[in-house]
Amino acid sequence: MSRPEDILPPDLFYNDIESRKYTTNSRIKSIQASMTNRALELLDLDTPSLILDVGCGSGLSGEILSGVPEEHGGPHAWFGMDISSSMLGEALERDVEGDMLLADMGQGVPFRAGTFDAAISISAIQWLCNAETSDVTPEGRLKRFFDGLYASLRRGGKAVCQFYPKNPQQRSMISNAAIKAGFGAGILEDDPDTKSLKVYLVLTVGGGDVSGTVSRMSDVDVQDARRKDKKRGKEFERKGSKAWITRKKAQSEAKGKIVKPNSKYTGRRRKTAW
Amino acid sequence: MKLLTLNFLTCARKTCKTNPAAFPLHPREAELEQIEAEINPLLIQNLLPRINWEVLKTISQELGLPSLPESAPDSEDFMTEEGEPTQTLKDLHTLLMEMNVQNGKLVCGSCEHEYAIKEGIANFLLPSHMV
Repeated sequence: MSRPEDILPPDLFYNDIESRKYTTNSRIKSIQASMTNRALELLDLDTPSLILDVGCGSGLSGEILSGVPEEHGGPHAWFGMDISSSMLGEALERDVEGDMLLADMGQGVPFRAGTFDAAISISAIQWLCNAETSDVTPEGRLKRFFDGLYASLRRGGKAVCQFYPKNPQQRSMISNAAIKAGFGAGILEDDPDTKSLKVYLVLTVGGGDVSGTVSRMSDVDVQDARRKDKKRGKEFERKGSKAWITRKKAQSEAKGKIVKPNSKYTGRRRKTAW
Repeated sequence: MKLLTLNFLTCARKTCKTNPAAFPLHPREAELEQIEAEINPLLIQNLLPRINWEVLKTISQELGLPSLPESAPDSEDFMTEEGEPTQTLKDLHTLLMEMNVQNGKLVCGSCEHEYAIKEGIANFLLPSHMV
């Protein structure tokens, strides 16, 4: 299956024809809508909020954000960012409510600190893994984006980014970049092991474990892949213990010093004397 | 581009990140248009603590809008006892949500880079030597 990421840079790929196709195709629209609804479910917003839509395109997901009914905590206000001017042109024609910027997410997020309650991104951040010119690297672009996103979200804010990783390396590259920026990160997979696999990167800023995001949802298995804090050997062996004494003796012996041989009495506690 | 957005936008350049003059961006040669939007009292109430009132005052002054009160309104004055939106809330809604800069440019106070606004969309793409 061909990937648009492999064909052209996003600003050239989504020209007038492609943008029109993307916006009018009912299949793409319904997939986008279901992914946006899933992202909203993950964000779990209960009051009208300010949301950043990264890679907003023609505002398909923005429309859903402004259309959330009052009883579900909506309608939300949103700002969008996209690199394709044709896509934004489509959005203008469709008269969406949010404000949009023509901006490259790999150049950062030009909003002041603590602006947003939440951020969503539907099928966009895999583009960051492509460097179109020799003076940028995918790592640099990812860092710039996640650093900017982290700063522009308020404390306790959340971001959900749905993306299409090309391979497992890309997937870990993206999630590691998010973790490096300071996010608590988790990956949610919908329909795993099928053709319609959807990958959501769930990010939290400050406060709480990221797995708490899905705690209220049913049918979600949580797998914790974080490395447990392994205590280093030294911390286990108390100073003066048998293990410590034998290690010190071996150290001295290696230095060529004269060391008494080990016996069954080495490091053994004496009787409590009067 | 709403006045609400102008209250949050900063210069996109890395070198301006640490300079306080990079926020706010100053509108120049701006064409204003009022686009009706539905009022959402709860949203404005949620946004109010995040809005920088000083900046809102400067920007509306630069755009030639009527001057704003000295300090931000209290969110308690937003609703009358009957649960109807008050004039304060309506005015704030008009200012933040309905006033749009359609054409013009935004100028960074620190590096003086100009971001063009066309049809309400600002161009924040930077050439690679400026990133």
